[in-house]
Amino acid sequence: MAIDREQLLHVAHLARLELHEEEVERLGAQLNDILDAVSKVSELDLSDVPPTSHPLDLVNVWAADEPHECLSVEEALANAPEREGAYFKVPPGGS
Amino acid sequence: MIDTLRLTAEEAARLLRAKEITGAELYAAYRAAIDERDPELHCYLHVCDDEGGEGIPIAVKDVIGTKGIPTTAGSKILEGYVPVYDATVAARCKAHGLRILGKTNTDEFAMGSSTENSAFGPTKNPWDPSRVPGGSGGGSAAAVSAGLAPWALGSDTGGSIKQPSALCGNVGLRPTYGTVSRYGVVAFASSLDQVGPVARNVRDCAYLYSVIAGRDPCDSTTVDLPNAVRLPETDSLDGLRVGVPKEFNEHEAIEPGVRAAVERAIELCRELGAEVGECSLPRSVDYGMPCYYLIAPAEASSNLARYDGVRFGYRSPNGSDRLEMYERTRDEGFGDEPKRRIMVGTYALSAGYYDAYYGQAQKVRTVLIREHADAFERFDVLVSPTSPSVAFELGAKTANPLAMYLSDLLTIPSCMAGLPGLNVPCGLSEGLPVGLQLIGPQFSENTLFRAGHALEQALAFDPVPPRLAP
Repeated sequence: MAIDREQLLHVAHLARLELHEEEVERLGAQLNDILDAVSKVSELDLSDVPPTSHPLDLVNVWAADEPHECLSVEEALANAPEREGAYFKVPPGGS
Repeated sequence: MIDTLRLTAEEAARLLRAKEITGAELYAAYRAAIDERDPELHCYLHVCDDEGGEGIPIAVKDVIGTKGIPTTAGSKILEGYVPVYDATVAARCKAHGLRILGKTNTDEFAMGSSTENSAFGPTKNPWDPSRVPGGSGGGSAAAVSAGLAPWALGSDTGGSIKQPSALCGNVGLRPTYGTVSRYGVVAFASSLDQVGPVARNVRDCAYLYSVIAGRDPCDSTTVDLPNAVRLPETDSLDGLRVGVPKEFNEHEAIEPGVRAAVERAIELCRELGAEVGECSLPRSVDYGMPCYYLIAPAEASSNLARYDGVRFGYRSPNGSDRLEMYERTRDEGFGDEPKRRIMVGTYALSAGYYDAYYGQAQKVRTVLIREHADAFERFDVLVSPTSPSVAFELGAKTANPLAMYLSDLLTIPSCMAGLPGLNVPCGLSEGLPVGLQLIGPQFSENTLFRAGHALEQALAFDPVPPRLAP
Protein backbone atom coordinates (compact mmCIF):
# COMPACT_ATOMS: atom_id res chain seq x y z
CA MET A 1 0.00 0.00 0.00
CA ALA A 2 1.60 3.25 -1.06
CA ILE A 3 1.34 6.40 1.02
CA ASP A 4 0.89 9.56 -1.07
CA ARG A 5 2.05 13.06 -0.38
CA GLU A 6 -1.25 14.19 1.09
CA GLN A 7 -1.39 11.24 3.50
CA LEU A 8 2.23 11.78 4.45
CA LEU A 9 1.59 15.40 5.40
CA HIS A 10 -1.55 14.37 7.29
CA VAL A 11 0.37 11.77 9.30
CA ALA A 12 3.16 14.28 9.94
CA HIS A 13 0.58 16.71 11.30
CA LEU A 14 -0.96 14.03 13.54
CA ALA A 15 2.56 13.40 14.89
CA ARG A 16 3.20 17.16 15.23
CA LEU A 17 6.19 17.04 12.89
CA GLU A 18 6.77 19.88 10.47
CA LEU A 19 8.67 18.21 7.65
CA HIS A 20 10.79 20.21 5.22
CA GLU A 21 10.20 19.73 1.50
CA GLU A 22 13.44 17.73 1.19
CA GLU A 23 12.32 15.47 4.06
CA VAL A 24 8.91 14.91 2.50
CA GLU A 25 10.58 13.40 -0.59
CA ARG A 26 13.30 11.42 1.16
CA LEU A 27 11.26 10.13 4.10
CA GLY A 28 8.25 9.54 1.84
CA ALA A 29 10.19 7.12 -0.35
CA GLN A 30 11.69 5.36 2.68
CA LEU A 31 8.31 5.09 4.40
CA ASN A 32 6.83 3.43 1.36
CA ASP A 33 9.65 0.87 1.35
CA ILE A 34 9.15 0.22 5.06
CA LEU A 35 5.36 -0.07 4.81
CA ASP A 36 5.77 -2.42 1.87
CA ALA A 37 8.06 -4.67 3.97
CA VAL A 38 5.90 -4.65 7.12
CA SER A 39 2.74 -5.35 5.10
CA LYS A 40 4.01 -8.92 5.03
CA VAL A 41 2.08 -9.46 8.29
CA SER A 42 -1.15 -9.43 6.25
CA GLU A 43 -0.12 -12.64 4.44
CA LEU A 44 -1.13 -14.71 7.46
CA ASP A 45 -4.75 -15.60 8.17
CA LEU A 46 -4.94 -14.97 11.90
CA SER A 47 -8.68 -14.44 12.36
CA ASP A 48 -8.72 -16.99 15.21
CA VAL A 49 -5.57 -15.76 16.95
CA PRO A 50 -5.86 -13.37 19.91
CA PRO A 51 -3.63 -10.27 19.92
CA THR A 52 -0.75 -9.85 22.38
CA SER A 53 -0.20 -6.41 23.84
CA HIS A 54 2.15 -7.42 26.63
CA PRO A 55 4.48 -10.43 26.98
CA LEU A 56 3.76 -11.11 30.66
CA ASP A 57 0.44 -12.29 32.01
CA LEU A 58 0.00 -9.46 34.51
CA VAL A 59 -3.44 -8.29 35.55
CA ASN A 60 -4.33 -5.36 37.80
CA VAL A 61 -1.14 -4.49 39.63
CA TRP A 62 -2.27 -2.54 42.67
CA ALA A 63 -0.38 -0.18 44.91
CA ALA A 64 -1.39 1.14 48.29
CA ASP A 65 -2.64 4.72 48.13
CA GLU A 66 0.05 6.18 50.33
CA PRO A 67 1.77 9.51 49.80
CA HIS A 68 5.52 9.39 49.47
CA GLU A 69 8.34 11.68 48.55
CA CYS A 70 8.10 13.33 45.14
CA LEU A 71 9.88 16.01 43.16
CA SER A 72 9.75 19.58 44.43
CA VAL A 73 8.43 22.32 42.14
CA GLU A 74 11.99 23.54 41.60
CA GLU A 75 13.15 20.06 40.59
CA ALA A 76 10.17 19.56 38.29
CA LEU A 77 10.91 22.86 36.57
CA ALA A 78 14.69 22.45 36.54
CA ASN A 79 14.79 21.39 32.88
CA ALA A 80 12.01 23.64 31.60
CA PRO A 81 12.91 25.57 28.45
CA GLU A 82 10.95 28.51 29.84
CA ARG A 83 9.11 29.07 33.11
CA GLU A 84 7.16 31.72 34.94
CA GLY A 85 6.88 31.30 38.68
CA ALA A 86 5.79 27.74 39.38
CA TYR A 87 4.58 27.17 35.81
CA PHE A 88 5.94 25.92 32.49
CA LYS A 89 5.64 28.77 30.01
CA VAL A 90 4.63 28.15 26.39
CA PRO A 91 3.84 30.40 23.43
CA PRO A 92 0.18 31.39 23.16
CA GLY A 93 -2.50 29.96 20.88
CA GLY A 94 -2.48 27.44 18.03
CA SER A 95 -3.03 24.15 19.89
CA MET B 1 49.57 -1.49 36.65
CA ILE B 2 45.88 -2.29 36.08
CA ASP B 3 45.24 -3.87 32.68
CA THR B 4 41.72 -2.65 31.95
CA LEU B 5 41.60 -4.66 28.72
CA ARG B 6 41.67 -7.93 30.64
CA LEU B 7 40.47 -7.16 34.15
CA THR B 8 37.08 -8.70 34.95
CA ALA B 9 34.76 -7.10 37.49
CA GLU B 10 35.08 -10.22 39.64
CA GLU B 11 38.87 -9.94 39.70
CA ALA B 12 38.64 -6.19 40.35
CA ALA B 13 36.39 -6.91 43.34
CA ARG B 14 38.95 -9.40 44.66
CA LEU B 15 41.81 -6.92 44.26
CA LEU B 16 39.78 -4.25 46.07
CA ARG B 17 38.87 -6.62 48.92
CA ALA B 18 42.50 -7.68 49.29
CA LYS B 19 43.49 -4.00 49.25
CA GLU B 20 45.93 -4.69 46.42
CA ILE B 21 44.41 -1.71 44.64
CA THR B 22 42.32 1.21 45.83
CA GLY B 23 39.01 2.41 44.42
CA ALA B 24 40.71 5.61 43.30
CA GLU B 25 43.42 3.70 41.40
CA LEU B 26 40.84 1.52 39.73
CA TYR B 27 38.68 4.44 38.63
CA ALA B 28 41.75 6.35 37.45
CA ALA B 29 42.88 3.36 35.35
CA TYR B 30 39.60 3.43 33.41
CA ARG B 31 39.72 7.19 33.08
CA ALA B 32 43.23 6.91 31.66
CA ALA B 33 42.08 4.26 29.19
CA ILE B 34 39.17 6.50 28.18
CA ASP B 35 41.52 9.46 27.69
CA GLU B 36 43.79 7.30 25.57
CA ARG B 37 41.32 5.45 23.38
CA ASP B 38 37.98 7.19 23.43
CA PRO B 39 38.97 10.07 21.15
CA GLU B 40 39.21 7.43 18.42
CA LEU B 41 36.32 5.16 19.45
CA HIS B 42 33.74 7.64 20.83
CA CYS B 43 32.11 5.20 23.23
CA TYR B 44 31.17 7.91 25.71
CA LEU B 45 28.88 10.92 25.36
CA HIS B 46 29.73 12.10 28.85
CA VAL B 47 32.57 11.12 31.19
CA CYS B 48 32.24 11.52 34.97
CA ASP B 49 34.72 12.44 37.65
CA ASP B 50 35.58 10.12 40.51
CA GLU B 51 33.36 10.92 43.45
CA GLY B 52 35.22 8.54 45.72
CA GLY B 53 34.34 5.11 47.04
CA GLU B 54 35.77 1.63 46.83
CA GLY B 55 33.27 0.12 44.38
CA ILE B 56 33.75 -1.09 40.84
CA PRO B 57 33.25 1.44 38.02
CA ILE B 58 30.47 0.96 35.48
CA ALA B 59 29.45 2.57 32.19
CA VAL B 60 25.78 3.40 31.67
CA LYS B 61 23.98 3.66 28.35
CA ASP B 62 22.76 7.18 27.80
CA VAL B 63 19.08 6.22 27.67
CA ILE B 64 19.27 5.52 31.43
CA GLY B 65 18.51 8.56 33.56
CA THR B 66 21.25 9.51 36.01
CA LYS B 67 20.71 12.25 38.59
CA GLY B 68 22.92 15.26 37.94
CA ILE B 69 24.56 13.63 34.89
CA PRO B 70 23.41 14.66 31.39
CA THR B 71 21.20 12.08 29.70
CA THR B 72 20.54 12.57 25.99
CA ALA B 73 19.42 9.20 24.57
CA GLY B 74 21.69 10.13 21.64
CA SER B 75 19.25 12.84 20.61
CA LYS B 76 19.59 16.55 20.05
CA ILE B 77 16.09 16.94 21.48
CA LEU B 78 17.47 15.99 24.91
CA GLU B 79 20.76 17.88 24.64
CA GLY B 80 21.42 19.61 27.94
CA TYR B 81 18.82 17.57 29.84
CA VAL B 82 20.03 16.73 33.35
CA PRO B 83 17.75 14.31 35.22
CA VAL B 84 16.66 15.30 38.71
CA TYR B 85 16.33 11.65 39.77
CA ASP B 86 18.06 8.32 39.15
CA ALA B 87 16.56 5.51 37.13
CA THR B 88 15.97 2.55 39.44
CA VAL B 89 18.76 0.56 37.74
CA ALA B 90 21.22 3.43 38.30
CA ALA B 91 20.09 3.74 41.93
CA ARG B 92 20.55 -0.01 42.44
CA CYS B 93 24.07 0.11 40.98
CA LYS B 94 24.95 3.02 43.27
CA ALA B 95 23.42 1.31 46.30
CA HIS B 96 25.69 -1.61 45.46
CA GLY B 97 28.70 0.71 45.51
CA LEU B 98 29.17 0.79 41.74
CA ARG B 99 30.54 4.10 40.45
CA ILE B 100 29.44 5.61 37.16
CA LEU B 101 32.29 6.23 34.70
CA GLY B 102 30.13 7.93 32.13
CA LYS B 103 27.23 7.69 29.71
CA THR B 104 27.67 5.64 26.59
CA ASN B 105 26.71 6.40 23.03
CA THR B 106 23.55 5.02 21.49
CA ASP B 107 21.52 5.31 18.35
CA GLU B 108 19.01 8.11 18.87
CA PHE B 109 16.34 6.85 21.29
CA ALA B 110 17.94 3.39 20.96
CA MET B 111 16.64 3.17 17.39
CA GLY B 112 19.26 1.56 15.23
CA SER B 113 21.77 -1.24 14.84
CA SER B 114 25.06 0.63 14.43
CA THR B 115 25.10 3.81 16.64
CA GLU B 116 25.26 5.77 13.38
CA ASN B 117 21.86 7.25 14.26
CA SER B 118 23.35 8.99 17.29
CA ALA B 119 22.98 12.77 16.93
CA PHE B 120 26.50 13.03 18.36
CA GLY B 121 28.34 10.83 15.85
CA PRO B 122 28.94 7.08 15.72
CA THR B 123 31.00 4.83 17.97
CA LYS B 124 33.75 2.83 16.25
CA ASN B 125 34.31 -0.89 16.69
CA PRO B 126 37.41 -1.55 18.86
CA TRP B 127 38.35 -4.51 16.61
CA ASP B 128 38.39 -2.32 13.50
CA PRO B 129 37.53 1.38 13.76
CA SER B 130 36.34 1.47 10.14
CA ARG B 131 33.43 -0.72 11.27
CA VAL B 132 30.35 -0.20 13.42
CA PRO B 133 30.10 -1.59 16.97
CA GLY B 134 26.47 -2.57 16.42
CA GLY B 135 23.58 -0.82 18.05
CA SER B 136 21.81 0.66 19.56
CA GLY B 137 24.04 0.00 22.57
CA GLY B 138 27.28 0.22 20.61
CA GLY B 139 28.82 2.61 23.13
CA SER B 140 28.40 0.22 26.06
CA ALA B 141 29.59 -2.83 24.10
CA ALA B 142 32.60 -1.05 22.58
CA ALA B 143 33.55 0.47 25.94
CA VAL B 144 33.68 -2.98 27.56
CA SER B 145 35.67 -4.51 24.69
CA ALA B 146 38.13 -1.62 24.55
CA GLY B 147 38.82 -1.73 28.30
CA LEU B 148 37.06 1.58 28.90
CA ALA B 149 34.76 -0.03 31.48
CA PRO B 150 34.75 -3.41 33.22
CA TRP B 151 31.04 -3.75 32.54
CA ALA B 152 28.10 -1.63 31.46
CA LEU B 153 24.36 -1.28 31.40
CA GLY B 154 22.59 -1.47 28.08
CA SER B 155 18.99 -1.49 26.96
CA ASP B 156 17.37 -3.81 24.46
CA THR B 157 14.15 -3.43 22.49
CA GLY B 158 14.83 -5.65 19.46
CA GLY B 159 18.49 -6.59 19.91
CA SER B 160 20.28 -3.50 21.22
CA ILE B 161 22.25 -5.40 23.87
CA LYS B 162 22.87 -8.73 22.16
CA GLN B 163 23.75 -7.50 18.67
CA PRO B 164 26.44 -4.97 19.76
CA SER B 165 27.87 -7.58 22.15
CA ALA B 166 28.09 -9.96 19.19
CA LEU B 167 29.81 -7.39 16.98
CA CYS B 168 32.24 -6.32 19.73
CA GLY B 169 32.98 -9.81 21.12
CA ASN B 170 31.59 -9.69 24.65
CA VAL B 171 28.73 -11.03 26.74
CA GLY B 172 25.36 -9.30 26.80
CA LEU B 173 22.09 -10.35 28.37
CA ARG B 174 18.65 -9.22 27.33
CA PRO B 175 16.73 -10.28 30.45
CA THR B 176 13.22 -11.70 30.58
CA TYR B 177 10.71 -8.93 30.05
CA GLY B 178 9.60 -7.59 33.44
CA THR B 179 12.63 -8.63 35.47
CA VAL B 180 14.44 -5.27 35.34
CA SER B 181 12.87 -1.90 36.08
CA ARG B 182 12.56 0.71 33.32
CA TYR B 183 11.67 3.49 35.78
CA GLY B 184 13.73 6.52 34.76
CA VAL B 185 14.81 4.97 31.46
CA VAL B 186 13.99 6.85 28.25
CA ALA B 187 11.08 4.89 26.79
CA PHE B 188 11.13 3.61 23.20
CA ALA B 189 8.68 0.69 22.93
CA SER B 190 7.32 -0.15 26.35
CA SER B 191 6.07 -3.69 25.66
CA LEU B 192 9.61 -4.57 24.55
CA ASP B 193 12.19 -2.36 26.31
CA GLN B 194 14.47 -4.09 28.80
CA VAL B 195 17.62 -2.97 30.60
CA GLY B 196 20.41 -5.52 30.83
CA PRO B 197 24.10 -6.09 31.55
CA VAL B 198 27.09 -6.10 29.19
CA ALA B 199 30.29 -7.68 30.51
CA ARG B 200 33.57 -9.31 29.56
CA ASN B 201 32.45 -12.76 30.68
CA VAL B 202 29.32 -14.66 31.69
CA ARG B 203 29.95 -14.61 35.44
CA ASP B 204 30.30 -10.82 35.50
CA CYS B 205 27.18 -10.56 33.35
CA ALA B 206 25.24 -12.77 35.77
CA TYR B 207 26.47 -10.81 38.76
CA LEU B 208 25.47 -7.46 37.29
CA TYR B 209 22.07 -8.91 36.41
CA SER B 210 21.62 -9.88 40.08
CA VAL B 211 22.33 -6.27 41.06
CA ILE B 212 19.67 -4.73 38.81
CA ALA B 213 16.92 -7.38 38.65
CA GLY B 214 13.76 -7.64 40.72
CA ARG B 215 10.44 -5.96 41.23
CA ASP B 216 10.31 -2.19 41.45
CA PRO B 217 7.15 -0.51 42.79
CA CYS B 218 7.88 2.39 40.40
CA ASP B 219 7.53 0.11 37.33
CA SER B 220 4.33 -1.89 37.57
CA THR B 221 5.41 -4.20 34.72
CA THR B 222 8.18 -5.66 36.90
CA VAL B 223 7.98 -8.92 38.82
CA ASP B 224 10.07 -10.66 41.45
CA LEU B 225 12.53 -13.23 40.14
CA PRO B 226 11.18 -16.72 40.75
CA ASN B 227 14.75 -17.95 41.42
CA ALA B 228 17.78 -16.18 42.84
CA VAL B 229 20.55 -15.52 40.31
CA ARG B 230 23.23 -18.24 40.47
CA LEU B 231 26.74 -17.48 39.31
CA PRO B 232 27.63 -20.29 36.88
CA GLU B 233 30.42 -22.65 37.83
CA THR B 234 30.08 -25.90 35.96
CA ASP B 235 31.97 -26.68 32.75
CA SER B 236 29.54 -29.39 31.73
CA LEU B 237 26.35 -29.24 29.73
CA ASP B 238 25.20 -32.70 30.84
CA GLY B 239 21.50 -33.14 30.37
CA LEU B 240 20.93 -29.76 28.71
CA ARG B 241 18.61 -30.02 25.72
CA VAL B 242 19.82 -27.64 23.02
CA GLY B 243 17.54 -26.87 20.09
CA VAL B 244 18.86 -25.63 16.76
CA PRO B 245 16.01 -23.83 14.99
CA LYS B 246 16.73 -24.23 11.31
CA GLU B 247 15.18 -20.92 10.21
CA PHE B 248 17.54 -19.09 12.59
CA ASN B 249 20.60 -21.01 11.45
CA GLU B 250 20.07 -21.43 7.73
CA HIS B 251 18.76 -18.01 6.75
CA GLU B 252 20.31 -16.72 3.54
CA ALA B 253 21.42 -13.49 5.25
CA ILE B 254 23.84 -15.40 7.50
CA GLU B 255 27.45 -15.01 6.36
CA PRO B 256 29.34 -18.28 5.80
CA GLY B 257 32.00 -17.37 8.38
CA VAL B 258 29.32 -16.65 10.99
CA ARG B 259 27.56 -19.89 10.23
CA ALA B 260 30.80 -21.89 10.48
CA ALA B 261 31.70 -20.42 13.89
CA VAL B 262 28.20 -21.07 15.24
CA GLU B 263 28.22 -24.64 13.90
CA ARG B 264 31.49 -25.29 15.73
CA ALA B 265 29.94 -23.93 18.95
CA ILE B 266 26.92 -26.21 18.50
CA GLU B 267 29.25 -29.18 17.99
CA LEU B 268 31.00 -28.15 21.20
CA CYS B 269 27.66 -28.23 23.04
CA ARG B 270 27.44 -31.90 22.06
CA GLU B 271 30.99 -32.58 23.26
CA LEU B 272 30.17 -30.91 26.58
CA GLY B 273 27.31 -33.33 27.15
CA ALA B 274 24.28 -31.52 25.77
CA GLU B 275 21.58 -33.28 23.76
CA VAL B 276 21.42 -31.33 20.52
CA GLY B 277 18.45 -31.54 18.17
CA GLU B 278 17.01 -29.61 15.27
CA CYS B 279 13.70 -27.81 15.44
CA SER B 280 11.63 -25.41 13.38
CA LEU B 281 9.99 -22.08 14.18
CA PRO B 282 8.54 -21.59 10.72
CA ARG B 283 7.16 -18.06 11.02
CA SER B 284 9.34 -16.41 13.67
CA VAL B 285 12.15 -15.15 11.45
CA ASP B 286 10.15 -14.21 8.34
CA TYR B 287 7.34 -12.48 10.23
CA GLY B 288 9.27 -11.30 13.29
CA MET B 289 10.91 -8.37 11.53
CA PRO B 290 7.69 -6.95 9.98
CA CYS B 291 5.83 -7.55 13.25
CA TYR B 292 8.51 -5.71 15.22
CA TYR B 293 8.69 -2.79 12.80
CA LEU B 294 4.98 -2.17 13.29
CA ILE B 295 4.67 -2.66 17.05
CA ALA B 296 7.88 -0.88 18.08
CA PRO B 297 7.21 2.24 15.96
CA ALA B 298 3.57 2.31 17.10
CA GLU B 299 4.66 2.37 20.73
CA ALA B 300 7.48 4.80 19.92
CA SER B 301 5.09 7.25 18.25
CA SER B 302 3.18 7.37 21.53
CA ASN B 303 6.21 7.45 23.85
CA LEU B 304 7.98 10.17 21.86
CA ALA B 305 4.92 12.44 21.98
CA ARG B 306 6.30 13.79 25.27
CA TYR B 307 9.11 15.62 23.44
CA ASP B 308 7.17 18.78 22.77
CA GLY B 309 9.49 21.52 24.00
CA VAL B 310 7.34 22.25 27.05
CA ARG B 311 8.74 20.56 30.14
CA PHE B 312 12.33 19.57 29.29
CA GLY B 313 14.73 19.23 26.42
CA TYR B 314 15.08 21.29 23.27
CA ARG B 315 12.58 23.98 22.28
CA SER B 316 12.70 25.59 18.87
CA PRO B 317 12.96 29.36 19.04
CA ASN B 318 11.15 29.56 15.70
CA GLY B 319 7.54 28.97 16.69
CA SER B 320 5.23 31.97 17.03
CA ASP B 321 2.33 29.99 18.44
CA ARG B 322 2.11 26.72 20.35
CA LEU B 323 1.42 24.45 17.38
CA GLU B 324 4.34 25.88 15.41
CA MET B 325 6.55 25.52 18.47
CA TYR B 326 5.60 21.82 18.85
CA GLU B 327 6.08 21.01 15.17
CA ARG B 328 9.35 22.88 14.74
CA THR B 329 10.79 21.61 18.03
CA ARG B 330 10.14 18.05 16.90
CA ASP B 331 11.35 18.61 13.34
CA GLU B 332 14.56 20.29 14.48
CA GLY B 333 15.12 18.06 17.53
CA PHE B 334 14.57 14.56 16.11
CA GLY B 335 16.88 12.90 13.61
CA ASP B 336 15.73 10.85 10.63
CA GLU B 337 15.27 7.48 12.34
CA PRO B 338 12.94 8.66 15.13
CA LYS B 339 11.01 10.61 12.49
CA ARG B 340 10.65 7.53 10.31
CA ARG B 341 9.46 5.46 13.25
CA ILE B 342 7.10 8.12 14.53
CA MET B 343 5.61 8.37 11.04
CA VAL B 344 5.29 4.60 10.55
CA GLY B 345 3.82 4.21 14.04
CA THR B 346 1.37 7.07 13.67
CA TYR B 347 0.25 5.68 10.32
CA ALA B 348 -0.11 2.12 11.67
CA LEU B 349 -2.26 3.39 14.54
CA SER B 350 -4.37 5.80 12.50
CA ALA B 351 -8.05 5.30 11.75
CA GLY B 352 -8.62 2.91 8.86
CA TYR B 353 -5.20 1.22 9.12
CA TYR B 354 -5.15 0.12 12.76
CA ASP B 355 -6.57 -3.38 12.23
CA ALA B 356 -4.53 -4.16 9.13
CA TYR B 357 -1.21 -3.06 10.62
CA TYR B 358 -1.03 -2.75 14.39
CA GLY B 359 -3.84 -5.18 15.18
CA GLN B 360 -2.49 -7.80 12.78
CA ALA B 361 1.05 -7.37 14.15
CA GLN B 362 -0.25 -8.03 17.67
CA LYS B 363 -1.69 -11.32 16.42
CA VAL B 364 1.59 -12.22 14.72
CA ARG B 365 3.18 -11.61 18.10
CA THR B 366 0.97 -14.31 19.58
CA VAL B 367 2.11 -16.67 16.81
CA LEU B 368 5.77 -15.99 17.67
CA ILE B 369 5.11 -16.60 21.38
CA ARG B 370 3.41 -19.92 20.59
CA GLU B 371 6.18 -21.08 18.27
CA HIS B 372 8.78 -20.46 20.95
CA ALA B 373 6.64 -22.12 23.64
CA ASP B 374 6.28 -25.21 21.44
CA ALA B 375 10.06 -25.40 20.96
CA PHE B 376 10.63 -25.14 24.72
CA GLU B 377 8.54 -28.25 25.29
CA ARG B 378 11.43 -30.18 23.77
CA PHE B 379 14.41 -27.96 24.53
CA ASP B 380 15.90 -25.92 27.40
CA VAL B 381 17.83 -23.54 25.17
CA LEU B 382 17.68 -22.49 21.50
CA VAL B 383 20.89 -21.47 19.74
CA SER B 384 21.66 -19.46 16.61
CA PRO B 385 23.91 -16.67 15.41
CA THR B 386 23.08 -13.41 17.22
CA SER B 387 23.80 -11.31 14.14
CA PRO B 388 23.72 -12.63 10.58
CA SER B 389 26.94 -10.73 9.87
CA VAL B 390 30.11 -9.62 11.60
CA ALA B 391 30.59 -5.88 12.18
CA PHE B 392 29.92 -4.04 8.92
CA GLU B 393 31.62 -0.93 7.53
CA LEU B 394 30.54 2.46 8.79
CA GLY B 395 28.13 3.97 6.26
CA ALA B 396 27.32 0.65 4.60
CA LYS B 397 23.63 0.72 5.57
CA THR B 398 22.84 4.31 6.52
CA ALA B 399 21.13 5.16 3.23
CA ASN B 400 18.90 2.10 3.37
CA PRO B 401 16.84 1.81 6.58
CA LEU B 402 15.46 -1.60 5.60
CA ALA B 403 18.94 -3.09 5.19
CA MET B 404 19.79 -1.77 8.66
CA TYR B 405 16.59 -3.31 10.09
CA LEU B 406 17.69 -6.76 8.86
CA SER B 407 20.66 -6.63 11.27
CA ASP B 408 18.20 -7.61 14.01
CA LEU B 409 16.55 -10.40 12.04
CA LEU B 410 17.64 -13.11 14.49
CA THR B 411 17.32 -11.18 17.77
CA ILE B 412 13.84 -9.75 17.21
CA PRO B 413 11.65 -12.88 17.47
CA SER B 414 12.57 -13.76 21.07
CA CYS B 415 12.29 -10.09 22.09
CA MET B 416 8.73 -10.07 20.79
CA ALA B 417 8.04 -13.12 22.97
CA GLY B 418 9.52 -11.49 26.10
CA LEU B 419 12.22 -14.16 26.34
CA PRO B 420 15.72 -13.78 27.75
CA GLY B 421 18.68 -14.03 25.40
CA LEU B 422 22.41 -14.17 26.01
CA ASN B 423 25.16 -13.36 23.53
CA VAL B 424 28.40 -15.28 23.98
CA PRO B 425 31.34 -14.75 21.62
CA CYS B 426 32.08 -17.99 19.78
CA GLY B 427 34.93 -17.24 17.40
CA LEU B 428 36.16 -14.99 14.64
CA SER B 429 35.25 -14.53 11.01
CA GLU B 430 37.44 -12.25 8.87
CA GLY B 431 39.22 -11.34 12.13
CA LEU B 432 36.00 -10.03 13.68
CA PRO B 433 33.93 -11.50 16.53
CA VAL B 434 30.99 -13.83 15.92
CA GLY B 435 28.25 -14.02 18.54
CA LEU B 436 26.25 -17.08 19.59
CA GLN B 437 22.72 -16.35 20.76
CA LEU B 438 21.25 -18.51 23.53
CA ILE B 439 17.49 -18.14 24.01
CA GLY B 440 15.52 -19.67 26.88
CA PRO B 441 11.99 -19.62 28.29
CA GLN B 442 10.94 -16.71 30.49
CA PHE B 443 12.95 -16.54 33.76
CA SER B 444 15.54 -19.07 32.55
CA GLU B 445 18.51 -16.71 32.97
CA ASN B 446 20.31 -19.20 35.26
CA THR B 447 20.17 -21.83 32.52
CA LEU B 448 21.52 -19.35 29.97
CA PHE B 449 24.35 -18.37 32.33
CA ARG B 450 25.22 -22.01 32.94
CA ALA B 451 25.27 -22.84 29.23
CA GLY B 452 27.08 -19.64 28.31
CA HIS B 453 29.71 -20.14 30.98
CA ALA B 454 30.42 -23.76 30.00
CA LEU B 455 30.75 -22.77 26.35
CA GLU B 456 32.93 -19.80 27.25
CA GLN B 457 35.33 -22.05 29.16
CA ALA B 458 35.52 -24.54 26.31
CA LEU B 459 35.80 -21.92 23.54
CA ALA B 460 38.50 -19.90 25.35
CA PHE B 461 37.68 -16.88 23.15
CA ASP B 462 40.11 -14.01 23.74
CA PRO B 463 37.89 -10.91 24.12
CA VAL B 464 40.74 -8.44 23.70
CA PRO B 465 40.85 -6.82 20.24
CA PRO B 466 44.35 -7.62 18.93
CA ARG B 467 44.97 -4.08 17.72
CA LEU B 468 44.60 -2.84 21.32
CA ALA B 469 46.63 -5.60 22.96
CA PRO B 470 49.98 -4.30 24.17
